[in-house]
Amino acid sequence: MTQWVWEGLTSGIRTTRYPAREERAPGVSPGRPRARQGHEASRNAVASGCPTDAITAGEDGSSIDYRHCVHCFRCSRTTSPAVDWESGYEWAAESEMARVAHRLGHFFRRSLNIRFVDAGACGACMGEVRQVNNPYYNMHRLGFFLTPTPRNADILLVAGPVTLPMQQALRDTYEAMPPPKRVVAMGVCALSGGVFGRGAAVAGGLNDVLPVDVMIPGCPPPPLAILHGLLVAVERKPPQPLISLSGGPSR
Amino acid sequence: MDESIAAPVSSPSAWAAFGDEIWQGRVRVEQVGSTNVLHCAVDKLAALCERLMSSGEHMFATLVVEDEGAQLLLTYVFYPVKGGAFTHVVIRQPISKLHVPSIAATVPAADWHEREAADLFGLAFDGHPRLGAFVLHDGWPESAQPMRREFDIHDRTSVPSRRDVPEPNRSLDAPGSFSMPVGPVFSDLAESAHFRIETLGEDVSRIAVRFFYKYRAVEKLAEGQPLDRVLLLAERFSGAAAFAHGLAFCQAVEDIAHVTVPARAMVLRAILAELERLRSHAATITGICNSTALAVATSQAAMIEEDLLRLSAFVTGHRYLFGMLTPGGLAIDLPDELCRQTAAQAEMIARHMARLHRLLRQSSSFLDRLEEVGATSSAAAALLGLVGPVARASGVARDIRALFPYAAYREYPPQVPIEMQGDGYARLRVFFREAAESAALMARLAARIPDGAVSLADIALCQGAALGAVEAPLGAAFHWVRLGADGRVLRYHITPPSFANWPGFQFAAEEFAFQDFPIILATFGLSNAECDR
Repeated sequence: MTQWVWEGLTSGIRTTRYPAREERAPGVSPGRPRARQGHEASRNAVASGCPTDAITAGEDGSSIDYRHCVHCFRCSRTTSPAVDWESGYEWAAESEMARVAHRLGHFFRRSLNIRFVDAGACGACMGEVRQVNNPYYNMHRLGFFLTPTPRNADILLVAGPVTLPMQQALRDTYEAMPPPKRVVAMGVCALSGGVFGRGAAVAGGLNDVLPVDVMIPGCPPPPLAILHGLLVAVERKPPQPLISLSGGPSR
Repeated sequence: MDESIAAPVSSPSAWAAFGDEIWQGRVRVEQVGSTNVLHCAVDKLAALCERLMSSGEHMFATLVVEDEGAQLLLTYVFYPVKGGAFTHVVIRQPISKLHVPSIAATVPAADWHEREAADLFGLAFDGHPRLGAFVLHDGWPESAQPMRREFDIHDRTSVPSRRDVPEPNRSLDAPGSFSMPVGPVFSDLAESAHFRIETLGEDVSRIAVRFFYKYRAVEKLAEGQPLDRVLLLAERFSGAAAFAHGLAFCQAVEDIAHVTVPARAMVLRAILAELERLRSHAATITGICNSTALAVATSQAAMIEEDLLRLSAFVTGHRYLFGMLTPGGLAIDLPDELCRQTAAQAEMIARHMARLHRLLRQSSSFLDRLEEVGATSSAAAALLGLVGPVARASGVARDIRALFPYAAYREYPPQVPIEMQGDGYARLRVFFREAAESAALMARLAARIPDGAVSLADIALCQGAALGAVEAPLGAAFHWVRLGADGRVLRYHITPPSFANWPGFQFAAEEFAFQDFPIILATFGLSNAECDR
């Protein structure tokens, strides 16, 4: 077994320095569109044909609702784009409700237990959550741990458009968690239903089933965006806006 | 035995036999393009399917049910195991008479397909031992048949009220026996599914499964939608194999429109498909290392997977290759130099994988956990219609890339590795060998990329239906697409490899030690998102 010890040691440290430093390695994030200012962008927004209606025309430019953006790149690949494409991964937002209540308190800042529930996630979100636990991102160094039981959990992390049979399972899991607790929805499916929308088979977002505190947009959100979301949940990082508006700070 | 029945059915002259007196004019043979379509009377269905399978030359691919209003159209798709033309057995049943004979007894691979169609269309397959409680869980309105025309999927009358406690249709009854329910919520990062493990002490006698916790009704959502929207669904119902499923959908559409994508797109598609296979296999290997709690190996494999995710994003902009495909080619062109860099990078990562494989082979404690675990015999794999790496680990070498070459695989045929033992270790070896071959294939493809456009300027859509067949990372994927006159999708049926292989898992997971359960699960590497759709 000594070969494995040697193998581990010779690999060196591969872990990202985020959040202390920005991670600049290529390929850590797909990036996302940002609203562009001007009448032309406003006109293009109407014609952009965004398949999920994430892009709309604002007063003076385009506007993007990240709860619906699925990184299809259709808007950025036209000859008359209504958006700019930005790199980065700090995407997580806080819900209105979380701003007034549901604080976890500072005891949880460096010791947080997370229960993950798959509510119909496609595999890409699952893959990215698995990566958060792996050497490149290693959430243990931040005091974040996956827990096998909801009884120990402070955070319920949910991915997927919330399929019918998973709704009761989600409620049961949430009820089994002791207070204080927070709910983090990751991926556009958990925020709005994504490409699956809402209907008989899917609730179309976690908000219909549980009170959501932190929302991580992205399809899928890359591992660093998930880390950012968890850091927002324990107030170690400021939340970002869910909607990108042209002209002035977005909300 | 009658001569004509014993004759191999793949030879063209043999098809004439279906017109003769044995079938009493009840089977009509029609040639549609390269496909043999056998229009069959309902009472001859079972005999005809048995005849196709008995030659040992055909394999069941999928059952497509289409609601034509007054009647249901059932298409049983078979493919020759040595390549050639697909065979469709077609029957029609009026809405007033929704009874069809089950073929599951002679074609075990059709078992789950019939259960699915029974739930979604309200069809009764006479003779099938267990119908119902398959796709639809508690909470769906009584007698809901979501895939029937009149059902409105956007109607939110479904009520998730009761706790759905799955009851298997038979359970172990012996002194000291114990049933252990696992899921749908797991203790780690597993996908939602329910397993009922029936044990006598340390030994598990069998496992009953309840799936479709992740049923998002993708096929129903696609109906009436334009191609662009359906492509989003094809990519995102199983994000871990987004490119393969997107490609199967695009190929079906291109087949309907009778267009051939430019040579450059063919090669680039193959490069990206191999990149996805490489990454998916790295993820499966990570899962296998993790199931045996070999921490350093898990970390090493996970780093390889992340390297490949970053490489994918570096090349295409997206870590899971979303948004690259379009019917008629690719959405964006990739420079030749970038492709060569990518292939070189993939080969370097493949060398890391080879090193990991070597270290794992030297770890006897690891091999002990995998060897002779979850064994599937060659005969069982063929009978159950298993596909992909799982089938190839049991000596059944079916690879859509070799049987029905698409993209650039005709000019660049892949080497298909094969192992005979059929146990967990054989599956691990197949995953490693295929990953190495994918990297090598990428280098061969990137060495000579044809010039020219990467996409057709415009595709004239027409009415029609076609089957797109692709070797996804986990095995054969069949996408049936029917377009209406307005170019919108009328019917979309996805047969993912995980759907074909889960019955194989259930078969392999009999009579084993309790602690081997996660290992057998990991070596099959199956996805519930892909299976449930």
